[in-house]
Amino acid sequence: MRQIERLVMHAMENEAQFKEVSGENSAPAIIVSNLVKSFGPQRVLDGISFEVRRGETLAILGRSGTGKSVTLRILVGLEPPDEGNASVLGVDMNGASAREIDDARKQMGFLFQHAALYDSLTVAENVAFPLVHHRRDLNAQQRTDRVHELLAEVGLEGHGKKMPSDISGGMQKRVGLARALALDPVVLLLDEPTAGLDPISSAEIDQLVMKLQKEYNLASIVVTHDMVSARTIATRIALMDEGKIVIEGSYEELQQSKERIVMEFLQRDLEQV
Amino acid sequence: MSTNPTAVSAVHSKPNLLLGMLEWFGEFGIFVWQVLCAAIKPPFEFKEFVRQLDEVGSRSLPLVMLAGAATGTVLALETRQSLVQFGAKSLLPTTIVYSVITEMGPIITALVVSGRVGAGIGAELAAMKVTEQIDAIATSAVDPRRLLASTRIAACIIAMPLLTLAASFSGVFMGWVASTLMEPITLVRFINQGFQGAGFKDFLPSTFKTCVFGLIIGCVASFQGMRARGGAQGVGSSATTSVVLSSLFVILADVVLVKIILLIWS
Ligand SMILES: Nc1ncnc2c1ncn2[C@@H]1O[C@H](COP(=O)(O)OP(=O)(O)OP(=O)(O)O)[C@@H](O)[C@H]1O
Ligand SMILES: [Mg+2]
Repeated sequence: MRQIERLVMHAMENEAQFKEVSGENSAPAIIVSNLVKSFGPQRVLDGISFEVRRGETLAILGRSGTGKSVTLRILVGLEPPDEGNASVLGVDMNGASAREIDDARKQMGFLFQHAALYDSLTVAENVAFPLVHHRRDLNAQQRTDRVHELLAEVGLEGHGKKMPSDISGGMQKRVGLARALALDPVVLLLDEPTAGLDPISSAEIDQLVMKLQKEYNLASIVVTHDMVSARTIATRIALMDEGKIVIEGSYEELQQSKERIVMEFLQRDLEQV
Repeated sequence: MSTNPTAVSAVHSKPNLLLGMLEWFGEFGIFVWQVLCAAIKPPFEFKEFVRQLDEVGSRSLPLVMLAGAATGTVLALETRQSLVQFGAKSLLPTTIVYSVITEMGPIITALVVSGRVGAGIGAELAAMKVTEQIDAIATSAVDPRRLLASTRIAACIIAMPLLTLAASFSGVFMGWVASTLMEPITLVRFINQGFQGAGFKDFLPSTFKTCVFGLIIGCVASFQGMRARGGAQGVGSSATTSVVLSSLFVILADVVLVKIILLIWS
């Protein structure tokens, strides 16, 4: 009798461990609760809440100026919210100590809307920047190899020696993505990764994000204007309007919605296809 | 309407100006403290520091030496006039050496550096700020204050005394050239007379003073750069204000430091 009990216990533990690793059941990697943010008289975020677990991709859509970028900036601790919390990997990105925040940031990849490449460094040096600062175990050769690998992944092999000002906007975006991936993040925050890219490159970036998602079991948020891309890569889609999340769910759930703004977004998508 | 809008805004702007100034000093103090805390923690950004030392030091050298040379020449020409009037012509070398080394060299160097380096650092950091590059550094879990500000400030502190030395050297040398053209005197004699009765320790405080000038220039320029807002205009105004404020503070600090040095050293 005891024996069986023990066996059952063991099996349960194993399962719990498996779930822990695969991300199910564990605490969400990203928890945003009730964010409020104003700039002067303008209330940009008005009570935003969502959660993203490992293995999930949340696509955030919304009209220009509804506060999508501001939400991501709060998530990475660049902007303090007026109210509410944003925590990533259990770290309160506004209240925790600088060291805790930096530890969380090392596990996060962030792509800025305008790429924000270091314009005094070459493309390769840009991608190497996080490695130089946080992977002191790598020697110069290993670092170069890793940079090559990352540039190849975003389809930019052979452009490493160029300066950011000498490559196109879409290429800058992809360099920014390579830099965000340098430290093998577990949380990926991408602000319009495919904006300004042709359909073929966009599809490639989508594929890359999905591949990483599968391989590393990431928790990611992708801000995009592209419903096709959102449908492809996201497990859930959130639609923001006037500082609130109007609806959050799968593409099919969005299709059921009778909200005007949701229908308008989907309408446009159908027209495109 | 009977109320004059400009009068109203003038009344309002006075406390605002004072408040703004207090706010600026508060934020500046916090910034300097944070930079200091960040700077003493390893790992040190040695590569960036060397790059800045080159930028601040080597590249300012020609300009600083030229300014020093001009000062030495003018000083020789002007003082000779008045010394001759008082029949104290033989004091010319001493006057030149003393004024150049204790005051003219340091202050001229500091003003030249705050123009050249202050504008450079202010504009560079401001451009990085408005294009989100400083945010990008922060999201890479690197402290921008350590990587960008502390290295530049350290470079200013180290470069200033060296640059001052160069400026003073060319000032004294050109002072001699100007003197010897009017009334021949050998360089050795000029130097011997100039340094008569002066020891090494007489020139120490004025050299340390320049470290403080370097600290001021580096801190003000980094601070103004890193708090820039807006686009091209923001970058421009950051560059301007960092030059204006660092020159102003250098001059004010000079007054205070001269007083302190005189109190302690004499
Ligand atoms: N630093 C700031 N100061 C003042 N206002 C700001 C600031 N940052 C953002 N805003 C305002 O917040 C609002 C939301 O900006 P945000 O960049 O998040 O929009 P967005 O949803 O990302 O739009 P887009 O799709 O065009 O990128 C905008 O109206 C903007 O004017
Ligand atoms: Mg945006």
